Amino acid sequence: MDLDDSPQQAAYRAEVRAWLERHKPEAPVLQGPDALENEDEIVAARRAWQGKLAEGGLAGVTWPKEYGGQGLGPIEQVICNQEIGRAKVPGILDSIGVGMLGPTIIAHGAEEQKTRYLGPMLHGDEVWCQLFSEPAAGSDLAAVQARARLQDDGSWRLTGQKVWTTNAQFASYGLLLARTDADVPKHKGLTMFIVPMDAAGVTVRGLRQISGEAEFNEVFFDDVSLDGDAVVGGVGNGWGTALTTLMYERVTIGLGGEGLGYDSVRFASAIAADERARRDHEVRRQLGEIASELLAVRFTSYRTLTGLQKGQIPGPEAGLAKVTIVNGAIRAGDLIADVLGPAALAKDSEWAYMISFLPGLKSAGGTEEILRNTVGERVLGLPPEPRLDKGIPFSELRSKEGAAA
Amino acid sequence: MNLALSDEQVFLREAARGALSRFKTLEAARQALDDDEFALPDMWPTACEAGWPGLLIDEAHGGAGLDAFDAMLVLGECGRVLAGIPLLGHLPATAILNDSANGASLLGALATGESRAAYLPVSPPGEVDEHWSADPSSGLARAAAPTAVRTAGTEGDGARVSGELAFVPDAPGADLLVGVALLDGRPVGVAIEVQNASGVAVEAVTRYDATRSLGHVSLTDAPATLLDAPEAALAGAWYLVQALIAAESIGSVETALETSVAYANERHTFGRAIGSYQAVKHSLTEVLRQLENGRSLLYYAGWARVGAPEEFPLAASAARSVAGRALDHAARTMVSVHGGIGATWEHDAPLYFRRAQLSRRLLGGTANATDRVAGELIAQASAA
Repeated sequence: MDLDDSPQQAAYRAEVRAWLERHKPEAPVLQGPDALENEDEIVAARRAWQGKLAEGGLAGVTWPKEYGGQGLGPIEQVICNQEIGRAKVPGILDSIGVGMLGPTIIAHGAEEQKTRYLGPMLHGDEVWCQLFSEPAAGSDLAAVQARARLQDDGSWRLTGQKVWTTNAQFASYGLLLARTDADVPKHKGLTMFIVPMDAAGVTVRGLRQISGEAEFNEVFFDDVSLDGDAVVGGVGNGWGTALTTLMYERVTIGLGGEGLGYDSVRFASAIAADERARRDHEVRRQLGEIASELLAVRFTSYRTLTGLQKGQIPGPEAGLAKVTIVNGAIRAGDLIADVLGPAALAKDSEWAYMISFLPGLKSAGGTEEILRNTVGERVLGLPPEPRLDKGIPFSELRSKEGAAA
Repeated sequence: MNLALSDEQVFLREAARGALSRFKTLEAARQALDDDEFALPDMWPTACEAGWPGLLIDEAHGGAGLDAFDAMLVLGECGRVLAGIPLLGHLPATAILNDSANGASLLGALATGESRAAYLPVSPPGEVDEHWSADPSSGLARAAAPTAVRTAGTEGDGARVSGELAFVPDAPGADLLVGVALLDGRPVGVAIEVQNASGVAVEAVTRYDATRSLGHVSLTDAPATLLDAPEAALAGAWYLVQALIAAESIGSVETALETSVAYANERHTFGRAIGSYQAVKHSLTEVLRQLENGRSLLYYAGWARVGAPEEFPLAASAARSVAGRALDHAARTMVSVHGGIGATWEHDAPLYFRRAQLSRRLLGGTANATDRVAGELIAQASAA
């Protein structure tokens, strides 16, 4: 049992570190007095930086070489992330594309799609967004209603709405899950599409949240025309293709638990600065409990990594680490606000921002409830709840739901 | 990066599970609660055969020369079946002696288990309790650490030790007591032979969980050997015992969860298994969440003792904090998932519940460990 790099890993780390030292002056500055402020400038600078990281081999570390990646393993990806963090420079802008959507296209896409899209995605020339969730399809993702209809000329017409779409406001493409056949059970009638975000009929609207900022978007599709070759992974195979994306999402969560910045030393700093609070038994008890769980997540990710090196894919239990992080950070925000009082809720306070952001994060990537269902069934082997939608054509579900209510 | 168990560690764990399965530990645990005269099965010979008493003793002194994580694997197996084997007291005592040049002569007999030691738990200073201190016999205020005076007229390592230590694990029947005393206000390691010694009284006490051997130790000018262990080893023993009881607790959580999941699959209400209801499913995944967090921290503590000694206090305290709460929650969930039957004497759940209630309050208690995590982080934050 050790946490050390192997000689090859140490050599790789040194290589990455050296590259970052050489190129750090070119990285966009996002914090401090010289930080960029204009949203468009930030995005442009981060896209350019992603291109440099890609040229240096620091993006798409696990992608196959033929698609511009390094063909390395998850451990090298983690080393790369650690060194980027250590150098205090931004990582890639399009982590959703490079981390989840690109690998999905690599697994299921046609050769022409890989040739056309992967290079510009990796270099940040074309940013991607994930168009899966809908207002009535989140936990029950297979309930998507965005409808794509095949036309006589082999093209598709798409109508519907997506939500919680990060980066949609500047994305070039989206990977979209749509219903193509409503007369079969819901998991069977789905198809995955590549959608150009500048197509006629696509409308992106920012979705403001508790913080007042728009972290996500709603995206509307009004009779959008898609070419026949926009289908990824075959018509009717959308659910299997989506599961690949969700698997990569778990890998991202499993390896990046600390990447959210909810670090116990950061929380302790807020407490340590207050002489009374740092000696208060109740405050210390709360801090100790929160910090112990957040520390655990770090070692859970090392365990996940150990498994990945042996070729084990993280299972749904990786979602429990997310539950721990989010709930731990919520408790920490509460504790810090209790200590600081209303001062913690000032307009530009980092704590006010965190406190506002977390209630939404609780549902991101799967609500806590659906995560616990999945873990209970797949990991503990508990029986699923009886469901009313099995084997029923999607088009008949609505009336069944009405009858059951 | 490798947090996988080695083949040897897997073997150690499987061998422990096999050896312990030869005893009806749960039946004994229940019977011991019913009958004050009932003697728990003596599992020490089994422990000796397996080499567990010498786990943390260097090979040069007859031990296995293994590390905390290996010992934690064995304690985890003991925790699974509530086996009462006096390793919690013995292992930290051997760790102090193993770090003392003048303690070496005692190690041979301790490694084979021919002689048995118990650790006198004294916690190192922290931000709130600024002195070395011992668990009190009752209440929140910590008790004074024992004191030592050099035996008059000798330049050697002889001393006399006085003090009171409450709820010392595995003290009854131990041949040797090893711990920390204050000599002119400075912490020193002390070893006290129990047999034929004057000024040593060990009163066996049973509290709530009869599988747990405890003793109140009273020392009155007890003859002792001053050990030349470094101060780090004296503090290290406290954190080691935290890591060991954490590992033992996580083992108990495993059984509590497995038993509860099996029952939730088997028991039906309103025409379906109770495990299919979200309320039950979610409370069991909460047990799993805490179990996995605890297990991850066992890896942290097991690695840190040698890999990053400056982090061992934080790692072991965090493991204890999470494991203590995990066992409390797992035992309560075990009782409630089983419904009324889970709260009856026939069921094993009350035995795990009793184990949880007592474990949580021993060795400074989960609360002390949690406070220490806060202290370590506040110190880190202040230094940054």
